[in-house]
Amino acid sequence: MKIPYYPGCTLHERALDFDKASRECANVLGVELEELPVWTCCGAVFPLTTDSVMEILAAVRNLAYASRMGDKVVTLCSFCYNVLKRTNKVMREDGERREKVNLFLRADTETRDKIESFLKEDYVGQVDVLHYIEMLRDVVGFDKMAKHVKTRLEGLRVAPYYGCMLLRPHGEMKFDEHPEQPTIFEDFLTALGCDVVDFPMKTECCGGFQIVRDEETAIACSQTVVASAVKRDADLIITTCPLCLYNLDRKQKEMEKRVSGFRKIPVIYFTQLLGIALGIDDEHLDFSDNYVDPRPALAEKNLV
Amino acid sequence: MEHRIGVFVCHCGSNIAGVVDVKRVAEQLADYPGVAYSTDYLYMCSDPGQNMVKDAIKKHSLTGVVVSACSPTLHEATFRRAGAASDLNQYRVEMANIREHCSWVHRGDKEKATEKAIKIIKTMIEKVKQNEALEPISVPMTHRALVVGGGIAGIQAALDIANAGHDVVLVEKSPSVGGHMAQLSETFPTLDCSQCILTPKMVEVSQHPRIRLLTYCEIDDVSGYVGNFKVRIRKKAAYVNRDVCNGCGLCVEKCPRTVASEFEEGLATRKAIYTPFAQAVPNKPVLDRDNCTYFESGKCGICQKICPVNAVDYEQKDEFIEEEVGAIVVATGFDLYPVVNIGEYGGGSIEDVVTSLQFERLLSASGPTGGEVRRPSDGKIPKEVVFLTCVGSRDPENHVSYCSKVCCMYLTKHAMLYKHNVHDGQAYVFYMDVRTGGKGYEEFYQRATEEDDVLYLRGKVSKLFEEDGKVMVWGVDTLTGRKVEIAADLVVLGLAMVPNSTAVELSKKLKIQVSEWGFYSEAHPKLRPVESLAPGFYLAGAAQGPKDIPDAVAQASASASKVCALFSEKEYHREPIVAWIDEDECSGCKVCISVCPYDAIEFDSEKGISRIQEAICEGCGACIAACPSATIQQRNLTDSQLYKMVSAALED
Repeated sequence: MKIPYYPGCTLHERALDFDKASRECANVLGVELEELPVWTCCGAVFPLTTDSVMEILAAVRNLAYASRMGDKVVTLCSFCYNVLKRTNKVMREDGERREKVNLFLRADTETRDKIESFLKEDYVGQVDVLHYIEMLRDVVGFDKMAKHVKTRLEGLRVAPYYGCMLLRPHGEMKFDEHPEQPTIFEDFLTALGCDVVDFPMKTECCGGFQIVRDEETAIACSQTVVASAVKRDADLIITTCPLCLYNLDRKQKEMEKRVSGFRKIPVIYFTQLLGIALGIDDEHLDFSDNYVDPRPALAEKNLV
Repeated sequence: MEHRIGVFVCHCGSNIAGVVDVKRVAEQLADYPGVAYSTDYLYMCSDPGQNMVKDAIKKHSLTGVVVSACSPTLHEATFRRAGAASDLNQYRVEMANIREHCSWVHRGDKEKATEKAIKIIKTMIEKVKQNEALEPISVPMTHRALVVGGGIAGIQAALDIANAGHDVVLVEKSPSVGGHMAQLSETFPTLDCSQCILTPKMVEVSQHPRIRLLTYCEIDDVSGYVGNFKVRIRKKAAYVNRDVCNGCGLCVEKCPRTVASEFEEGLATRKAIYTPFAQAVPNKPVLDRDNCTYFESGKCGICQKICPVNAVDYEQKDEFIEEEVGAIVVATGFDLYPVVNIGEYGGGSIEDVVTSLQFERLLSASGPTGGEVRRPSDGKIPKEVVFLTCVGSRDPENHVSYCSKVCCMYLTKHAMLYKHNVHDGQAYVFYMDVRTGGKGYEEFYQRATEEDDVLYLRGKVSKLFEEDGKVMVWGVDTLTGRKVEIAADLVVLGLAMVPNSTAVELSKKLKIQVSEWGFYSEAHPKLRPVESLAPGFYLAGAAQGPKDIPDAVAQASASASKVCALFSEKEYHREPIVAWIDEDECSGCKVCISVCPYDAIEFDSEKGISRIQEAICEGCGACIAACPSATIQQRNLTDSQLYKMVSAALED
């Protein structure tokens, strides 16, 4: 089964490990992530202006490319998912902006040449934007995924971290039935055999982009998240967002300096954990970029 | 018949006269065919104005009257009475609305407004010319009332109606009357014990010679119409013959199965065979089949064996009771908004985050802790307690948009009672606004802050979670602009009041309207607050909207007085502006029967024709439009009248 895949800039450049693990896992599960032949940055932040369309144009182009390849597009980065999903909602529901955006798309001859003739049709939100985890649940099925598991992750205490961008705003994202108490990652972890660590900070902000502007505030946020998982004896934290991973993992270096008796905890991408369960070899699971090496924790449970 | 119509043009102060040239209107219409008298006056609805109408009818031998003034909803009844006082049939008096339909909407063009006023009046003159002299329809009436719901509102309504001398059937779905009020500890603003003021009424309602109390019963079906309802009541199988049972309680004592008690809001257990609480009325148990070992496995049967009067009957089935009543009071009460929907507060998963009703039980002398405030998780006395208002309320994006009205007051009471209980404890209340509208309410709130040191913090709480045996409260004090973090021992949620879970289903059986959130709709928000739009239905208590006890009781008494007013006449009188079928023309195709929303048309199979039941017909006109042979007409709104009216309106 082929499904159009939008990696986004971060997975293309900095989070190559995330991209690699996710593609490999998909292969094992019988899904070929077919990268869009042409794509651009999604815009990274969903614009709140409603009287202008320029800010969503890039995201719509990506969606329009995807619509030539199938009725779905899968993405991994929380920011990309947030922007694409909300942009798609605009294209489905806001007639005025939809019309304007399509005028721009039609005028865009260079793009038209590149992607043949798709501009004959307007883009009206034809594709469904899926997060990879939704693909696992709805397209593959957690039960079917579990059948591919080679090493059940028994005894491994995993804290699933959602962050903000998958869930908020609830009304638009509709990512989980219970936006304040989501369970999709818990269900995923249970299917892999993990001990799920439910921790209250799983939907709190990691500090996000504030890490650039106001490091102290951002680190205070990420430390609250990390400490909460550590307190509940988690062996590791999983995430789906490269920025969250950066704040939660890399900034533990700073937390060590600031907090006496600070206990480190590895933070990895959820598809890396899936890869371990599916028995994907080390070559595709690269932890060299992690500040806190997850391998000792995994080795303790005989998982690497 | 020679037409002698009187036209009375009202100035309505400057409301009409400021725009419409009323003098010219009156003068011009004096010459209109059939008009015998035409005049204008400053306020037609005033006594002198009404007298002008009365006098003119006699003096000019008028056969019809058109009062050209405001909307008929305002003064039609006034002028009909005036006409009747001068022996003119009241249905020959009509209103021409030249205020709402003309002067108020055409302030900018006096000339055209005047022309329009003349046209409006001409159409009504044409209508009156063909109006029949009618008499109100009289319908026989059963002078017995049904009250649905046995909480404080239902109890009050039932007692008031019964004390006025009418029979009442009171239906309650749970095993006992009392409703939520029976669960409460003490009541604001006087702090009298809820049970102490309620239980005498519960007993009274069960012993009143005019009240038939049916507990553990539900409304199955309602048919008929005002004055003549037929009600089918499902008497749920209690598996205890409650007529034989002497209430000794042996079965309850010996029953080996325990389940969470609804009355104690899950803070204590009850048996599978149970009375919900010690003061229940009637104080006789019912058997909860879903949790009974005997019904699960066929084993046990202890209750049957031990019962000294052989009242336990496992073969009992639901029974149906038929009742005929003339009026129905709906008092089905409220539920709390489901805590599971509030994920940020744990969605019900944190033991020491309790609902307001649970906290009432923790405060109650008859509650699971004997009135000592102890938290559910470990039974410790909490030293820091946080109360949250507006949980689910006033949150249109996520939950319900309305204010639940009573939470500010009961949380203030909670905080105060907690402080009376735990002197060295600290109570915090997070609020959006403190709403204390009510007699003695503001003073009560002041007392909480000044005498009991309850700390009020203006802000919402964003998150509750467990940490080291405490409930962490993340909030904000918007008055200082600071984030507030409290490690609380107990948190109480002031959850929104929502309609009882059965309300919407019941509304379909009763065919009465509900509003957006499922509360029953009143006929008019200000002037008819206790009546439903459907005749014969009255509303009481929190079923109509969030209410505290004084308001619920007041509304219940108001409903009762409406029922008594209805019952004050032997027969029920209603407007005769209904549809009628020309028996000679009707082909019996039954199309009218299929479109009638009120089931007001029956088929006379002997004659092969449809027949309108005037007592039920609301005069909506659906059948008239649907009738393929134009055999159905509306009284005083016939096709011929409409044709003349339209012609008058289109005339140059």
